[in-house]
Amino acid sequence: MTESPAGSWGRTGSYLDGPSSRTGLMGWLTTTDHKRIALMYLAAMGVFFLVGMTIGLLIRLELMQPGEQFYGAKTYNTFFTLHGVIMIFLFIVPGIPAVFGNFILPLQLGAEDVAFPKLNLLSWYVYMAGAAIALTSLYAGDSPPDTGWTFYAPYSINSGGSVSWAVLGAFVLGFSSILTGMNFIVTIHRLRAKGMGFFRMPLFCWGLYATSWIQVIATPVVGITLVLVVMERLLGIGLFDPSLGGDPILYQHLFWIYSHPVVYVMILPAMGVISDILPPFCGRTIFGYRAIAISSMAIAVVGYGVWGHHMFTVGMSDTARWVFSLLTFLVAIPTGVKIFNWTATLYRASIELRVPLLYALGFIFLFSIGGLTGLVNGALSTDIHVHDTAFIVGHFHYTMFGGAGIGLFAALHFWFPKMFGRMYNEKIATWAWGLIMVGFNTLYFPMLVLGIMGMPRRYHDYLPQFQVPHFISTVGSWILATGIILMIVNLIRSARKGRKAPNNPWGATTLEWTTTSPPPLLNFATLPEVKTGPYDFSGRKPGQSHEEGAS
Amino acid sequence: MNGASTYSGLVDNAFWFILGSSLIMLVGITLTLIYFLVKYRRSKNPNPAQIEDNRKLELLWTVLPTILVMVMFYYGWAGFKVMRDTPDDAMEIIVNARMWSWSFQYPDGSQSAELYVPTGQPISLKLRSADVIHSFFVPEFRLKEDCMPGRENHAWFETTRDGTFDIFCAEYCGDLHSQMLSKVVSLPPAEFDRWLVDNASNISPEFLLQVKGCNACHSVDGRKGIGPTYKGLFGKTETVVTDGEVRQVVVDEAYIRHSILEPQADIVQGFDPVMPPMKDQISPEEIDILIEYIKLLK
Repeated sequence: MTESPAGSWGRTGSYLDGPSSRTGLMGWLTTTDHKRIALMYLAAMGVFFLVGMTIGLLIRLELMQPGEQFYGAKTYNTFFTLHGVIMIFLFIVPGIPAVFGNFILPLQLGAEDVAFPKLNLLSWYVYMAGAAIALTSLYAGDSPPDTGWTFYAPYSINSGGSVSWAVLGAFVLGFSSILTGMNFIVTIHRLRAKGMGFFRMPLFCWGLYATSWIQVIATPVVGITLVLVVMERLLGIGLFDPSLGGDPILYQHLFWIYSHPVVYVMILPAMGVISDILPPFCGRTIFGYRAIAISSMAIAVVGYGVWGHHMFTVGMSDTARWVFSLLTFLVAIPTGVKIFNWTATLYRASIELRVPLLYALGFIFLFSIGGLTGLVNGALSTDIHVHDTAFIVGHFHYTMFGGAGIGLFAALHFWFPKMFGRMYNEKIATWAWGLIMVGFNTLYFPMLVLGIMGMPRRYHDYLPQFQVPHFISTVGSWILATGIILMIVNLIRSARKGRKAPNNPWGATTLEWTTTSPPPLLNFATLPEVKTGPYDFSGRKPGQSHEEGAS
Repeated sequence: MNGASTYSGLVDNAFWFILGSSLIMLVGITLTLIYFLVKYRRSKNPNPAQIEDNRKLELLWTVLPTILVMVMFYYGWAGFKVMRDTPDDAMEIIVNARMWSWSFQYPDGSQSAELYVPTGQPISLKLRSADVIHSFFVPEFRLKEDCMPGRENHAWFETTRDGTFDIFCAEYCGDLHSQMLSKVVSLPPAEFDRWLVDNASNISPEFLLQVKGCNACHSVDGRKGIGPTYKGLFGKTETVVTDGEVRQVVVDEAYIRHSILEPQADIVQGFDPVMPPMKDQISPEEIDILIEYIKLLK
């Protein structure tokens, strides 16, 4: 531990070090440093992810063959509910914003911290409290929740599982999401470095900006809805349960008004990550900066009007169905714009194929499949056929895991040197990437086939005609899990023992790479000033860092 | 999987168009990426071009995809429109869904556990649920519509060939969701008419157990299911929970009748309160037949 000299304390050294009051457990639990809070999110989410992944493996194991293999339908229903609740509410929604938004956003803006550092710490505690409440549902009551993560009424109203705890947990987690979103919006508006206009922000900041607005505006709707579910269960107020005069379709509307926009909360930051990774490894500026920035906002806005495509079979009016179908197709356009611009960024580039770029390309491939299969769900007649089948499960794993999840892995490999001041073993990381890509497609592609064949989702057992794709899918789950574990082991080992990272190992241009790796407590020795756009490579050779370019 | 309804071809057209153009785009993007990766690798191309933007390209890849997805929308809508417009001469069949079985009621009031239809005759479906949300799904017809408690949804189909087609419940509905299966049996019209007459005259207790969905949860051979078995039930002393209080009852005719009509009133200890009330789905005569049958199951 190094004591920094008085006067410059916090402007040199590493945010991980400091006086003993900062390095102990209490030093971490009371920190308001955005970088430390980011690591605390990373640790918690990492644990939840592994739990969710284990449950996912168990689900695939049971589905390897028709008939009951290892456990019964009740357990199966609990498993897919927990898998969904954990992965959605505890992992992928906080996901990239909580970890990389927290760590990178102030650095990219040239700020010392987020706008409200104490609120930021509170958000972490609210997140942990929500997680604790959600996990209480495992033990409280007669049995764990068995409704699926969507909590559809009236099943969720009458279920004997401890649905109230899970729902309450999701409600509390919503507050963490809202507070983080507010914090980021204010940070982006107020704390940009001198000279950094909105259109000089890195595209990751744009992704976070669009996401934060959705979090602030949409999350309260699901919060209220979930409270209504609890009240209905405890007090029988009769909003959703038809036997009490309620309307189950009302629940679905309220649920999806939030839960569709929230898929953009998950994906927009990942798209920002990809936009930031491409330039340094291509040695050139991003293609179509403005188009990518504006398309993020367009997705956020149009994304509010498409929730009805989750409900094409509930018996809504036929007019509502075609209007929602039309709007759904519109949201595909800004997504396509991004993919085309990313592809064009490789044109006449000087490409160095390293691990973060591999993940970015993996993202583009997997997310393209996710987006294109989404067109099947947008069109009315085809969605009627694949709705509530394994096709949907495949589709959203391609978008959410192939998109947001792989985007998170990409971010992890891109910013790892900055976060921990060390490099990871690139050879092992490349192998892990290969296993993940092969495993992913072996696991999820058969689901698309199964769905078109007519295999409904959330089935503990299935007819013999579905056996072969199910078996292949289960084998894929083992390959994917192997790749993920290899990746995690490599990163954990490297965080402690990897070779020291230079300040700018990738030759990137954004501000976080101008400070030391890892950054000091207050991020910069002197606050930076911005004179160019975010991806300005003029006067630099590809791969060269700032220092080398200046000398 | 071959379509078997009059509109399945329209849906398949939309599938082919969307999946086909998606595949072309995916392959196009992937091959372009790989081509650029190889051609512009750093060892080969050390001096990148700093191209910031190209308005014509941006316009092109905004406008072309917009046209493409509008065509997809049209295809989707065209098939859907046919699916929603029930022909006037359709035969009306009521679909009753409940945890965890189906029953189908024909215009003459008779019921069956599998859906029998005459080939080439439009069938109008009135979809109902007694408890939670279910969804009537026949993959070979490309047909799916939810059965919502508290309201009646509609759908229709017309089969194009004789045969047997799977029915699935597509909306998650609890423990036996994956066992909530049935079949559509499409017969030549003359055979269907014969079947309808035979079926209407069937009032055997075994048939009733199936049609009313009883045997999805209650066994007749002592096996423990979602609900208590019927074997040895009559005259037995059961421990039940009534309004939160545990009490003993002797199973007699009144108890069985009450448990069919208001199953939530007395819950046998060790079982979940999941049975829907059968008030509107069973006649007093049918209950009598069942009671006589249960009496015999020693």
